[in-house]
Amino acid sequence: MINDFPPAAILILGALLVPFFKGKAKNWYVILLPAAAFYLISQLQVGSSWQVHFFGFDLTFLRVDKLSKVFGYIFTLNAVAAFVYAFYLKDNTQHMSALFYIGSAIGVVFAGDLVSFYFFWEVMAVASTFLILGRKTEKAQAAGMRYIMVHIFGGLCLLAGIVIYITETGSIAFNAIADRNLGTYLILIGLLVNAAAPPIHAWLPDAYPEATVTGGVILSAYTTKTAVYTLVRGFPGWEILIVVGCIMTIYGIIYALLENDMRRILAYSIINQVGFMVCGVGIGTAMSINGTVAHAFCHIIYKSLLWMSAGSVLYMVGKSKCTDLGGLYKTMPWTLIFGGIGALSISSFPATSGFTSKSLILDGAIHEHLMWVWLVLEVASAGVFLHAGIKFPYFVFFAKDKGLRPGETNKGMLIAMGFMAFLCIFLGLYPQPLYNVLPYEVPYQAYTFTHVIAQLQLLMLSALVFFLFLKLLKRTETISIDTDWFYRKGGRLFYYVMDKALNGINSVSERIFVGGLAGYLGRVSRDGSTRAALLALVPAWVIGGAKGEKLAVKKANVRTALRTGTSPVGITAAIATIFLVVVFFLM
Amino acid sequence: MKQKKEFDWFDRPESKRKLWIMLYVVCAALVVPDVFTHRHAYFGFAHYFAFYALLGFVSCAVLILFSKLVALFLKAKEDYYDK
Repeated sequence: MINDFPPAAILILGALLVPFFKGKAKNWYVILLPAAAFYLISQLQVGSSWQVHFFGFDLTFLRVDKLSKVFGYIFTLNAVAAFVYAFYLKDNTQHMSALFYIGSAIGVVFAGDLVSFYFFWEVMAVASTFLILGRKTEKAQAAGMRYIMVHIFGGLCLLAGIVIYITETGSIAFNAIADRNLGTYLILIGLLVNAAAPPIHAWLPDAYPEATVTGGVILSAYTTKTAVYTLVRGFPGWEILIVVGCIMTIYGIIYALLENDMRRILAYSIINQVGFMVCGVGIGTAMSINGTVAHAFCHIIYKSLLWMSAGSVLYMVGKSKCTDLGGLYKTMPWTLIFGGIGALSISSFPATSGFTSKSLILDGAIHEHLMWVWLVLEVASAGVFLHAGIKFPYFVFFAKDKGLRPGETNKGMLIAMGFMAFLCIFLGLYPQPLYNVLPYEVPYQAYTFTHVIAQLQLLMLSALVFFLFLKLLKRTETISIDTDWFYRKGGRLFYYVMDKALNGINSVSERIFVGGLAGYLGRVSRDGSTRAALLALVPAWVIGGAKGEKLAVKKANVRTALRTGTSPVGITAAIATIFLVVVFFLM
Repeated sequence: MKQKKEFDWFDRPESKRKLWIMLYVVCAALVVPDVFTHRHAYFGFAHYFAFYALLGFVSCAVLILFSKLVALFLKAKEDYYDK
């Protein structure tokens, strides 16, 4: 029985009961759900599956292999830590949307066909939006709106691709895709939207930093990493992904260096890190795929840890801009230490988890003799230390003391951070348990003397450059324009052009038709009879000897009489005659 | 009652000097092993003396300068999108 129960159901169905729990019981309950799902996943046998017949399709809600299991492990493990972190939080909406979101991410990972995969993919997009809206600020509302619009676009690309693919192949199975045609490229674009690959990445640094404190922690783990999973599943060895990945690694660094908001720095560093993984998928060998999966695993841990430490600063201080922060090492030492371990891990410092996972991808590039790819990844590795490894902790916890004395954050947050920091070091020193659950059997030894020295040289000299160039890195109260410009400003530009063009046509036609023609016709129909009458009468009066004031009085009398419909019988008869004559001639 | 003195070691100028010296010493010490060991060279140039140190230094310097360059075009005031 336990072998054919989809673990996603525990979280999704469990979410429905959240409102019935009160106080601390609610927090314990939401921690328990992913813990139960973790246990269930550990009991799933490789090769088992669970199918449902639905509208002529056999939907596979459960496909268990090593790849889906390892993602299932880290998704549930991270969820446990995230809910421990959120122990202070009583908000039903946030807890429920987080559970729907994480549950559907697990649903994607265990989905064996394109239809059920697409279903969970869309639930993810919708549920995650509530973690952004939950911040309840005007900025968050706007960012959440843009977020969902971009994901709807990505979802439509994906849907169109899936429909074409199913029509062509006649199969809904979700396995490695070999054909390169419109359908498969549309699927790829749909996945790359969620992987935050430039130029369709701007939703991530736009929306994540506007999310709630715990929302940011949870969001950082799932959307991009389910995208990495689907790329590993569907597109291993697609060379284009090497290029996309390399661009992502550098792109993330450049923007992170320009950023002032600490959570936006971390958002851009997600793009940089996912770049390494996408590159590994593109290389497509057993070693590089293992590297991608291992890196995704470790990345979720240290990235959550970094978002947790930034989150506790935001929670305690209420500020997230580097220009407003600084000197927090005095009052938040534990947040600094745990965040620092996350910062070292993301930088692949020896003895941390980044070192034992990222090296696999770089060695994968070396084994395929991809010199330029390897070089770009090494440059990017140095740059990671620059923007996430040093810049984030330096400007938040050191730099200039801004007189902030918030005190240490709450216990739940510290326990969650401590747990994640422990995992970072544990997997850095003893990665074998992780290597054992990777999809391929590839023996690997990260710790050789020359490798460690090489990595330390790379990182310490990066640190030296950071402090030598510190003046250039001084934070300013600015933002950086990214591709979201096109739908934020570009949208307004479109509006402006449309406004000017359409309203211009409108006002011209108003002048011509409403003001001009209609007015003219109005005047004609109102004054026509008077004019016609005067035209006939004035010559008669003039001949009769009327002039000057007398003539003017007569004219005025006729006008009043005709306007009020009180004209003498003689004049009415005269006008009727004139009218008949005119009609006679017109006919 | 005397208030507990705040830990402010990192703010002191003499600590900063110590940290700078430490950083230089560590950087210098890390290239020393390159004299004795031969790095397993994947690509021809990777086994040169202090290759990784140089790579780290140059790539970070270039990344920072390049980001300063693009900043000229990409930086905007914080209320840019609100206008």
